[in-house]
Amino acid sequence: MPRWLWFPAALAAAFIILPLAAIVLRVDPATLPALVTSPSALEALWLSLRTATAGTALCILLGVPLATVLARTSFRGQGLIRSLVLLPLVLPPVVSGLALLYTFGRRGLLGQSLDLVGIQIPFTTLAVVIAQTFVALPFLVISLEGALRTSGTRYEAVAATLGARPTTVFRRVTLPLVAPGLLSGSVLAFARCLGEFGATITFAGNLPGVTSTMPLQVYLLRVDDPDAAVALSLVLVVVAIAVIGFARHGRAL
Amino acid sequence: MTSRPGIAAVATAAVLVLTGCGSANGQADERDLTVFAAASLTDTFTELAERFEKEHPGVEVTTSFGGSSDLVAQIEDGAPADVFASADTKNMGKLGDLATDPRAFAANTLEIATPPGNPAKISGFQDLAEPGTKVVVCTVEVPCGNATAEMEKLTGVDIEPVSEEQSVSDVLAKVTSGDADAGLVYVTDVTAAGDSVTGVELEESGRVVNSYPISVLDGADDAELAQAFVDLVLSETGQKVLADAGFSQP
Repeated sequence: MPRWLWFPAALAAAFIILPLAAIVLRVDPATLPALVTSPSALEALWLSLRTATAGTALCILLGVPLATVLARTSFRGQGLIRSLVLLPLVLPPVVSGLALLYTFGRRGLLGQSLDLVGIQIPFTTLAVVIAQTFVALPFLVISLEGALRTSGTRYEAVAATLGARPTTVFRRVTLPLVAPGLLSGSVLAFARCLGEFGATITFAGNLPGVTSTMPLQVYLLRVDDPDAAVALSLVLVVVAIAVIGFARHGRAL
Repeated sequence: MTSRPGIAAVATAAVLVLTGCGSANGQADERDLTVFAAASLTDTFTELAERFEKEHPGVEVTTSFGGSSDLVAQIEDGAPADVFASADTKNMGKLGDLATDPRAFAANTLEIATPPGNPAKISGFQDLAEPGTKVVVCTVEVPCGNATAEMEKLTGVDIEPVSEEQSVSDVLAKVTSGDADAGLVYVTDVTAAGDSVTGVELEESGRVVNSYPISVLDGADDAELAQAFVDLVLSETGQKVLADAGFSQP
């Protein structure tokens, strides 16, 4: 490696680290405990943890079958499906929010029928979970599909020749083999759920305790109570660091 | 290997060009004016900016619209604004000496916006407290939310909104999409939205009036040019544009 690469590399590292340091330096340690444990902060944190957990569970429920189908079969149009499924990964979240509104909103594609049977999704905590699941699902599918392809089908074939039924093979052989990939995919999905902002504020709205998750709270507070916004941001940074540590430990990154 | 620094130079140049950095930007006789204005002024100030550009050849007016409190925070953080128009005096006051000479130029009152045809049959302010009615309001930090809170206090009607939005445009978006039964916005927003909403006038609207101040900001690149824009807003022409949009006299 040429030695001059050190300089731009250090610049790149500083580019990431400096802003994080700046937010940590902005925190006032004297008021921090009170700000992070204020009722509104705890309410937002609790809502965020609940919705992100539900969103991750939904991602696993929907993502595992999808990743398996994508990794283990081949059919016409599979490439197209794969590309479309990954779309929320690169789509601006506010566009995702609009798309969800036109699907589940009162006048939306499905929302119209749901409304007739008395189900209204926008402005509810369920809407938050849907927004989070929509943007986080590709993370899980991508990591799991990768893990499935790397693990190969050798053990599955052996299990089948020994007389195991497909469902048994899937449960006893396939899933345990890709458990690390599933775990790291879930952790990434959880982090993405926790950080969701654009789709949530567009689709779910903003109401304390119902749809106002941590990122929305930070956005709202940054104008009138910057100290509280910084304190909440620090909590999110700490959670993010924990997530990265966890995912790296499982060698996902 | 020797081409690497070349690539780096090209990439750096590309970033500078694409982000508009660098010195060879615009000619000498071209002047820029940046106007920050409350979201409720979007239509009127866009029109006034166009007029201003016509009257001052070579001047390019950039407008930025948002919740007043948002804009105040941006200005305090050093956003390059020359003129600021707030939807209430409280937010203008936060700027202190940064606002050189705030002057009231318009007033606005609240009105209920409902999806076309008013499907939830909202007839007045008290209907907004009806259980099951999906009402969207501005968060109390922004002027329209502050006015809403004041109206609730004055009338004793306690609204339980389904969402508290960052600006009046966000409230309107939730109403036009049909997902909210009603939203509390300004009279002028209902006028501007045309057929996409049905307005329900408030009997009590006169009791809460927001006065809109405008000011040249300390640190404006060209204070004279900025003052000329303020003068246009205060002029007969400016006042007519505002009146046509439903604003009342300050």
